[in-house]
Amino acid sequence: MTRNARFIDERITLKYGTGGGAMRALIEQIFAKGLGDLGEGNIGLAAMDDGAAIRLGDRYLVITTDSHVVQPIVFPGGDIGKLAVAGTVNDLAMMGATDPLALTCAAIVEDGFSREMLKSIWESIRASCEEAGTTIVTGDTKVMGHGELDGLVLNTTGVGITDRIVTDAGLEPGDQILVTGTMGDHGLAIMATRNELALETELVSDVAPINAMVRRALEAGGDGIIALKDPTRGGLSSALHEMAEKSGVGIVIDEPSIPLRDEVRAVGELLGIDPLVSANEGKAVFGVRPESAAGVLDAIRSHPLGRNAAIVGECVAERPGFVVLDTGFGSRLLSEAEGELLPRIC
Amino acid sequence: MRPNDALQQLKFRDPVRARALRDALERLVWRADHAPVSVMHVCGSHEQAIAKFGLRAAFPRDLQVIMGPGCPVCVTDVPEVDEAVALAKQGVRIASYGDMLRVPGTSQSLADAKADGAQVDVVYSVTQAVDLARDTDEELVFFASGFETTAVATAAVLLDDPPDNFSVLSAHKYIPPVMEIVAEMPETKIEGFLAAGHAATITGSAVFEKFVERHGLPVVVAGFEPLDVLAGLVRLLELINAGEAKVENAYPRCVTREGNAHAQELLWRVFRPTGGRWRGIAHVPNGNLRLRDEFAHYDTRKRFTIDASALWSYAPPKLVQQCQCGDIMAGIASPSDCALFGNECTPDTPVGACMVSAEGTCKIWHQYGGHPDLSSMKRGVA
Repeated sequence: MTRNARFIDERITLKYGTGGGAMRALIEQIFAKGLGDLGEGNIGLAAMDDGAAIRLGDRYLVITTDSHVVQPIVFPGGDIGKLAVAGTVNDLAMMGATDPLALTCAAIVEDGFSREMLKSIWESIRASCEEAGTTIVTGDTKVMGHGELDGLVLNTTGVGITDRIVTDAGLEPGDQILVTGTMGDHGLAIMATRNELALETELVSDVAPINAMVRRALEAGGDGIIALKDPTRGGLSSALHEMAEKSGVGIVIDEPSIPLRDEVRAVGELLGIDPLVSANEGKAVFGVRPESAAGVLDAIRSHPLGRNAAIVGECVAERPGFVVLDTGFGSRLLSEAEGELLPRIC
Repeated sequence: MRPNDALQQLKFRDPVRARALRDALERLVWRADHAPVSVMHVCGSHEQAIAKFGLRAAFPRDLQVIMGPGCPVCVTDVPEVDEAVALAKQGVRIASYGDMLRVPGTSQSLADAKADGAQVDVVYSVTQAVDLARDTDEELVFFASGFETTAVATAAVLLDDPPDNFSVLSAHKYIPPVMEIVAEMPETKIEGFLAAGHAATITGSAVFEKFVERHGLPVVVAGFEPLDVLAGLVRLLELINAGEAKVENAYPRCVTREGNAHAQELLWRVFRPTGGRWRGIAHVPNGNLRLRDEFAHYDTRKRFTIDASALWSYAPPKLVQQCQCGDIMAGIASPSDCALFGNECTPDTPVGACMVSAEGTCKIWHQYGGHPDLSSMKRGVA
């Protein structure tokens, strides 16, 4: 944790929200201080997992929460409503709870927000709940003054039950790393709409609830599935670093095997943004025992959202906590996103 | 800009051909009559390509590929930043490229001035700065940085009748003269240069011919895909081994011997080369590009009285004194030689300009994991 000790700014700046080391430092230094300890056998705040798990007899109640502030509110492939449902459903699934019991949804709306727009966002919330097999059972509404927030903020909380928690710790040398599809789609689709270069692209976000696909994988892999993360903010890189740190292994990734859409690759080149640190909203990264890898891969590929799944790397004993990228030309350390993701200037 | 154009470049990323070039490099370094062989590139984009594709881990052990002063933001000197900061604090609106905001001046950067209430806009191009000027009656100063490639864009805008409230504070730099400085440094062990392909699209490869004559060192113009870099290095080592000092163009799909005559004409119609300090390097004769007298009306330095003296009553913090940016840009030291690198100095809290710019050696090394020895790291160890 000493790696994050340098983040001690007087003021909380945007970099603390990018999902990397700065944010983890903020949680350690402030949010988790004296809070969130659920005792032995449970997973609380300090574990910094995708959610909390409370033991109930021989099963676990999983809880997770997520706030959504995406700009633009409607983007190619989805909108803030679909994102709010998928984000929370997927976080539950990453803990092993692939059948969400229910969600809550709190909305903070800016004075002057369009009713039509709100209706269309709730239409997409309904559709996404149906896709995930869940619903919204309680909520909260606040309206704030013009200019006090940017349009609409949504918070969703989800609960689910699972028999087994996937903790991301316990990976061993030889374990295989698997991704369920193309990387970086969501982040680059959003960046391309925001960017002032006025790119004409066909990039679409991959936002989707993936609990059904994850359920198939967990059924196929059973105890052979050791680690499971959704590579949202900070992208594949952050997810792999968390696994490597929690398990105390190194991870070597074979870059040419990572599924990437040509257009994502090309727009990433233009904007100077690495798709591997760019967010996904409908993907998962698995760490799997070698003997289970082929079965899990087949199960994921049998689901429509997992057709491009691939094994992309493996755990090694050297350099615990680090992720090495074998580029096909040479190798380098994969770094985590730091600061704001800004397009390069030249 | 169309994404498909970028896609076209991806064919220069064939790992099989890369392996063949790597083997050729290995043989050439082995055949050299001394070790190590040291070459320099002078371009942040080359360092980006080398770092991003992990080429350093694949270079032969006895080949040192050193990054020289190839980042225009990094070599922008403190007095130039001070001019911009002083103007901003006088209440003049400044527009510049994002990286320039965080480059430290004597006591403040433009970002500090902005935090104190000055009007500072980030732009992605000089035309965007002109658009900002068109939308307002107040003075707008474009703090211009970049080598000859970017300077051409600034020149084109000044020749296209920009609004009267627009002016340029030029920190543009010209690369060929600084290669002479580095070649003449007593500590230097450089045996050849890899020249930047994009700058050479403007200047042509011929611009290096006099340099080669004077210093007896070969220069190879190279592009920025992994195969471009490797092929450029192979050619450079062949020339070094053969003792042949000449200019070779290993980027013929973009670069010609004569370059872009129209762009050169624009560049020299608007700018004149003049001597000036490059941060951390030295005084570089003809290394700075300033506006010619005919464009005095658009020259911020002629239009305003800039008084930066208020910024000077200030002792630099201790950290800055330990910063090794100068030696790093001169190719004498590596980021890993600097005690601040990755500790006190990170992209979030940069001490030196090399950690600020996306083209800076330290920022690039930090972004791509520094320079660890990864040659032993392979899949399938277990």
